[in-house]
Amino acid sequence: MISLAGRDILHSWGKFVFTGVGLGLLIGVTLSMAGVYRGMVDDAWSLLDNSGADLWVVQKDTLGPYAESSSLYDDVYRSIRVMPGVASAANVTYLTMQVVQGGRDVRAMVVGVVPGGPGEPGQPGYLVAGRHMTRGHYEAVADTAAGFKLDEIIEIRRNRYRVVGLTRHTVSSAGDPMIFIPLKDAQEAQFLKDNDVILQQRRRTSENPAFDRPGVPGLLDSIITSQSTNTYVNAVLVVIKPGYAPEEVAEPIRRWKRLQVYTRTQMESILIGKLIATSAKQIGMFLIILATVSAAIVAFIIYTLTLGKIREIAVLKLIGTKNRTIAGMIMQQSLGLGLIGFIVGKIAATLWVPIFPKYVLLLPGDAARGFFAVMLICLLASLVAVRAALKVDPAEAIGG
Amino acid sequence: MKLPPLKSRTAALLAVLVPLLGVFIYVLLRSGPLAPIPVTVANVEKRSIAPALFGIGTVAARYTYKIGPTVAGRVQRVDVDVGDKVRAGQMLGEIEPVDLDQRILAQAAAVRRADSSLLAAQAQLRDASARWSFADKQAQRYEKLLQARSVSEEAVAMKRQELRVAEAVLASARAELEVARQERVRNEADSAGLIEQRSNLRLVTPVDGLVVARNADPGTTVVAGQSVVEIIDPVALWIDVRFDQLSAGGLRAGLPAQIQLRSRSGQQQRAHVLRVEPLADAVTEETLAKVVFDTLPEILPPLGELAEVTVALPALPAAPVVPNAAIRRVDGQLGVWLLDDGDLRFAPIKIGATDLDGGVQVREGLTAGDQVVVHSRRPLSARSRIKVVEGRPGVAL
Repeated sequence: MISLAGRDILHSWGKFVFTGVGLGLLIGVTLSMAGVYRGMVDDAWSLLDNSGADLWVVQKDTLGPYAESSSLYDDVYRSIRVMPGVASAANVTYLTMQVVQGGRDVRAMVVGVVPGGPGEPGQPGYLVAGRHMTRGHYEAVADTAAGFKLDEIIEIRRNRYRVVGLTRHTVSSAGDPMIFIPLKDAQEAQFLKDNDVILQQRRRTSENPAFDRPGVPGLLDSIITSQSTNTYVNAVLVVIKPGYAPEEVAEPIRRWKRLQVYTRTQMESILIGKLIATSAKQIGMFLIILATVSAAIVAFIIYTLTLGKIREIAVLKLIGTKNRTIAGMIMQQSLGLGLIGFIVGKIAATLWVPIFPKYVLLLPGDAARGFFAVMLICLLASLVAVRAALKVDPAEAIGG
Repeated sequence: MKLPPLKSRTAALLAVLVPLLGVFIYVLLRSGPLAPIPVTVANVEKRSIAPALFGIGTVAARYTYKIGPTVAGRVQRVDVDVGDKVRAGQMLGEIEPVDLDQRILAQAAAVRRADSSLLAAQAQLRDASARWSFADKQAQRYEKLLQARSVSEEAVAMKRQELRVAEAVLASARAELEVARQERVRNEADSAGLIEQRSNLRLVTPVDGLVVARNADPGTTVVAGQSVVEIIDPVALWIDVRFDQLSAGGLRAGLPAQIQLRSRSGQQQRAHVLRVEPLADAVTEETLAKVVFDTLPEILPPLGELAEVTVALPALPAAPVVPNAAIRRVDGQLGVWLLDDGDLRFAPIKIGATDLDGGVQVREGLTAGDQVVVHSRRPLSARSRIKVVEGRPGVAL
């Protein structure tokens, strides 16, 4: 018993392999697109993971701090800290801005965290180089995607920070790398105006006769000082004590502190359902079209491959080959093509994924699903080809 | 005849497919969740660490003298400008005296008039005294004549009465003199008071110092207590430092410190903590302290310049120390990933003091010589496959 399919493949193996590679690149694109979608969702997840919080306390009636802006007084955390079930509460600020390093600037999400030590909410969970912040000012931990190196000096607004540690895969939902700096510096960076604006504000205030009264020396100074202080943060990250359910801790804070509190599940639905919903749908739509087009192309390739050897099939039929053998040959070739395609596609996707600027996540589950989908499409496509092959009149072998 | 070409074709096909399969398996195992996670490890060392506190502050003058009038007035002149050095007692400016000079003249005239009144009173006293001594002598002579019965009783009574009148006039003249004396004292005191008030309008520095602000120029009306000129003692500078309360433990007076001024990057100045303020800032959650230079920089920093201050605490007794990058929080517990014969195990720890270079003392949970994971490319779990790589300083995994 010789394998008809094997024989046929060997007969024109170059054509077969190159068709497989071409198909594989197409499958690779589809897999990468799935990876882009997964990466986008995973970025949102890692944003939540990296904050290390169980609850997010934000300004009332906002979807903060990621999906909407929110501001709270920075002493609110003290009253939250004493609520039942709260293990720790930490202030945090988030601000997407340009960070300058030696003449080039990087768009980054600057995260202001309480420099309370490792493991505190808001601090990066793990590092790939360097150390965590130890000083309360002018140190930064940056994501490797920002392209900074250890001990480099970066500029955020008017202050300079030394990069003391590097993290990986700590990005905002828009994919901007995060840069962690101490909270007080971040508050300043977020709310302090540049020098020109401060000067103009001082001038405006000093020209206001209500503030510059001759009988009250010092009033103007006090007003100017009060204008340039800032006591706001964007959210309070709360870690709950073991044994408490998140909702059980969140409810009293909502009720008695009149603040908005989100649990992990709610935050996920905000991020995935609201913040990245449109772009995720966009990618998803593209993925569906790409998958459909790939399926169609696979089907056409197999169909044309079969049609290309219609004369040989007619000969086979003429010499009395069973229909089942012919169908088996076509199907085996088709599945073989699919297998090579999938392998090439998976390799290609894995090789080019690290070059992508944003995080692309190739899940083994997606690969497995992709494998079965490819096989199924090949099988279906081969059915059409089989039908065409079986309809061939053996007379064509001679007549043609 | 057909077999050899077939074989070579099979070989060619295999030559393509087998490496492809090999690459596929390699890719499957070396990337994605199945790939080993590169980590760097460190041995737990038993060593002593010297914790340090880090704060920022501004250069401030220890003493600021705000020189201004004690009553409202218009500034007549200001003799000094910002940057001038002044000596104790030097006149810096003057407030317009309005009519004070004229009132001093009037008062001087009043003093001179009181002098004249005094002279007149003294003359009156001499006159009264002369009249009394004559009346006294007359009375004594008439007494003797009465004993010799050569004058009448009536004449003697008249002389006695004259003597008493003279006595009263003398007493009155004495009192007048006293009145004139007191009047003069009063006028002199009034005059001195006016001169004193006049000198109070002169702005005089009580100390040697440096003029740092000139808040009013001639013609400006200032209220009582408003400063016209501000003077500092330039050799008494200190840094008003704020330490985050989270990392202010152990801060006390006398500890050595390093000051780095914002304008002098890379130049550390030696200093020490002068005092820790008993009052902390409740709003910003900071502890305040004053730090002074051991020796003042030759070029004085401007007041208000930002300074970073690192205070060194005494070294602690040796204890197991791990880098702070090794510490993770897993399921709400603080700990490190221990490397046990190539297997990962999460060991909960209790941490103690930390230093500014990232060393953390472990109070419980680790012993010296344990191997812990410091950096990892991805989050770890107990089932993670890891590959220990040699960490190169400054290079990310």
